[in-house]
Amino acid sequence: MSDLHAETSVAFVRTQEVPASPPPANITGLQGWMRENLFPTPLQSVLTVVMGGIAAYIVWLVLDWAVIHAVFVGESGEACRGEGRQEGACWAMAGARFGQWIYGFYPIAERWRVNIVFIVGVLALVPMLIPSLPYKTANAIFLLAIYPIMALILLTGGHFDITGSTWFTTYLFVAAVVLPLLFLGFVAKIIDSKLALFASLGIAGVAALLLEILSIDFGLTYVETSQWGGLLVTLVIAVTGIVASLPLGVLLALGRRSQMPVVKLFSVAFIELWRGVPLITVLFMASVMLPLFLPPGTNFDKLLRALVGVALFSSAYMAEVVRGGLQAIPKGQTEAAQALGLTFWQNMGLITLPQALKLVIPGIVNTFIGLFKDTTLVSIIGLYDLLLIIQTANTDANWAAPQTHSTGLFAAAALFWIFCFGMSRYSMFMERKLDTGHKR
Amino acid sequence: MSVVTGGDSPPKVAFFNDPKVRSWAVQIALVAVVAYFAWQIFNNTVANLREANIASGYGFLDTTAGFDLSFTLIPYTESSTYGRAVMVGILNTLLVAVCGIIATTIIGFIVGIMRLSKNWLVAKVAEVYVEVMRNVPLLIQILIWYKVVLAALPSPRNALSIGDTIFLSNRGVTIPKFLWGEGAWMIVAGFVLAIAAIWWIVRWSRARQAATGEQFPVFLTSLGLLIGLPLLGYFIAGAPLQFEFPEQGNFNLRGGVGLVPEFAALFAALSIYTAAFIGEIVRAGILAVNKGQTEASHALGLRSGPTLRLVVIPQAMRVIIPPLASQYLNLTKNSSLAVAIGYPDLVAAGGTVLNQSGQAVEIISIWMAVYLTFSLLTSLFMNWFNSKMKLVER
Repeated sequence: MSDLHAETSVAFVRTQEVPASPPPANITGLQGWMRENLFPTPLQSVLTVVMGGIAAYIVWLVLDWAVIHAVFVGESGEACRGEGRQEGACWAMAGARFGQWIYGFYPIAERWRVNIVFIVGVLALVPMLIPSLPYKTANAIFLLAIYPIMALILLTGGHFDITGSTWFTTYLFVAAVVLPLLFLGFVAKIIDSKLALFASLGIAGVAALLLEILSIDFGLTYVETSQWGGLLVTLVIAVTGIVASLPLGVLLALGRRSQMPVVKLFSVAFIELWRGVPLITVLFMASVMLPLFLPPGTNFDKLLRALVGVALFSSAYMAEVVRGGLQAIPKGQTEAAQALGLTFWQNMGLITLPQALKLVIPGIVNTFIGLFKDTTLVSIIGLYDLLLIIQTANTDANWAAPQTHSTGLFAAAALFWIFCFGMSRYSMFMERKLDTGHKR
Repeated sequence: MSVVTGGDSPPKVAFFNDPKVRSWAVQIALVAVVAYFAWQIFNNTVANLREANIASGYGFLDTTAGFDLSFTLIPYTESSTYGRAVMVGILNTLLVAVCGIIATTIIGFIVGIMRLSKNWLVAKVAEVYVEVMRNVPLLIQILIWYKVVLAALPSPRNALSIGDTIFLSNRGVTIPKFLWGEGAWMIVAGFVLAIAAIWWIVRWSRARQAATGEQFPVFLTSLGLLIGLPLLGYFIAGAPLQFEFPEQGNFNLRGGVGLVPEFAALFAALSIYTAAFIGEIVRAGILAVNKGQTEASHALGLRSGPTLRLVVIPQAMRVIIPPLASQYLNLTKNSSLAVAIGYPDLVAAGGTVLNQSGQAVEIISIWMAVYLTFSLLTSLFMNWFNSKMKLVER
């Protein structure tokens, strides 16, 4: 063997390294990328050309309508009528009515109140949504307890006429909670008597404080909910719906997983009933049937009726989302909590729910997106939400123009798209962020 | 030495700490509260109805309706009953749901496969489609189709036509009408026969392949039978089927079957909106199939066509079908938005009855019962499917 090697004459040996030649031009850079991703085979090339043609045509149609032929300035529908002016969007109309789109028929002099509600809401919500910022608990308490009352007073004007009968009914409810608590604390001695006393005093105190605050005259003019409209109503319905549905949804999800047959049956029936029917029938029910269910003579606000319907409907969906989270928590967690001697509610409040709710944040955001899109349905029962207020332009003689309809509808579509797309991106961000802890 | 007796009896706990007692107490309390509220609601409703002078019960369904509906599948006139109007509504809901489900499945699968394409442009177009469609409320999409797209079509006089058979105008879509002649049953018979034959061929070819390993071109044979047998019936019976093609008149289209613009708008919006969700489901389903499956199949010598057909898609379907079924249910429920544009579906027709008769409780209960039946059927199907498709493991 070694002989063979020795005999082989080496004719040529390179003494210096040859620099690597660059890759062929057609596999790098823009050309290479296009070759690989757009024109790999003849069939794919045809597909690319056809798709590109269609896509370019649609983009051109949109640009032509929304920019090139659009009318941006004008005092009335006159600007958007006539040859050469009616082929594109009438953004002049959108500009003139923008205030109405946001505030509805809210008195112009009082719009600053809505602005404060919007600004405070955004200022409180943004730090809540950024995971790295501190003071989450305080922020959540402000957002869920103080902010709603503030918004209620600012938007309606406060100074509610709280009569003796309202005090009486409120305290009937307070008594229904407090008396069993006191009974359990002092007579049956199941819970700590001190705790029972403090809890009772707390509940009674909060109820009194709430009624007192709502009846204070802040000197704000009263604005009826029928004057609210536009984005304001859309946001009020969506946010109230989601906030009210969270606690209800958690209870229903726990009920559905309960081992008590009656509790389970009621929860399942409630959830499946609302999930099985379309929202529009629920809204009709809330606006037509709800007044029938109440004692004769009681009449309450149209917006409030829609809110009740939306809250019940979304709580069923929320229950299923929360249930998904509860199912994802290993049984060992509950067993460990039981081994430590924690009660059911201690286990839920301290061990299981915090983990489960954290897992389902993306699901909650997705439910919220669905609910936000569904708020457009309240326009069918005659509430002036963003969609309906945009459509009122069609009956405005001042802005009668061929493109009024399409401008309004596409503007509404764009506004909703911005909100929903932003939220879905946030949900994806949270999903990635929360995912890391559970990967092995 | 004293023996402790009763060692296996549970330790003494206070009566109210016994989980059993507590569970009973909670359940009895819950039943009591629910019963109390139900009783209150019932009483109030009865009192309110009496005050408004509305008789309860479903007897009103036999009263003459006195209003017309713009689109009906069964004969309906102003003198028909409320019950018939509700029936028309149910059928219209089913029609738009079935048509929508077929269309949305086709579009959704195309979009889902496009999103997985290696072609950058194709994947991007599909992604933009999904992100635009699913983030815009359906109601707005329906209104855009109805008030912007369809309204922009020409009048019937200048209707756009596809090969002079299908006409598009601002009065809706007009398609040719079948005219059934004498002996048309032979065509149907041929069709039924073809299906029976296909069923038999599928079984036979499976058994033969299991026994001998030989394959049989089932798909081509089935296609041939499905087209051939009805055609045979058509010619034997002496060409009994004719088409009535729509003709353009001065003001309207004559002949053919007209689909009202409300139907066209609702159908288009529902299928395009739902397709965005189905596209994502299909994409997730295909991605959920392990890459090792494809590689193993290639290693066994299957080409990419059979790999997709025999290995990837059957496994992807297991992931795809449950969410797909719930999207179908969503589409059916969303068809209730027809009320916004006046397509007489269950909610719109029922709403008119509600406004005229004031029978709110009855109409809303009919709505809920019908939609709950749909959703119950869907969940029954899903349970059946899940148990059939469950992975059989050791």
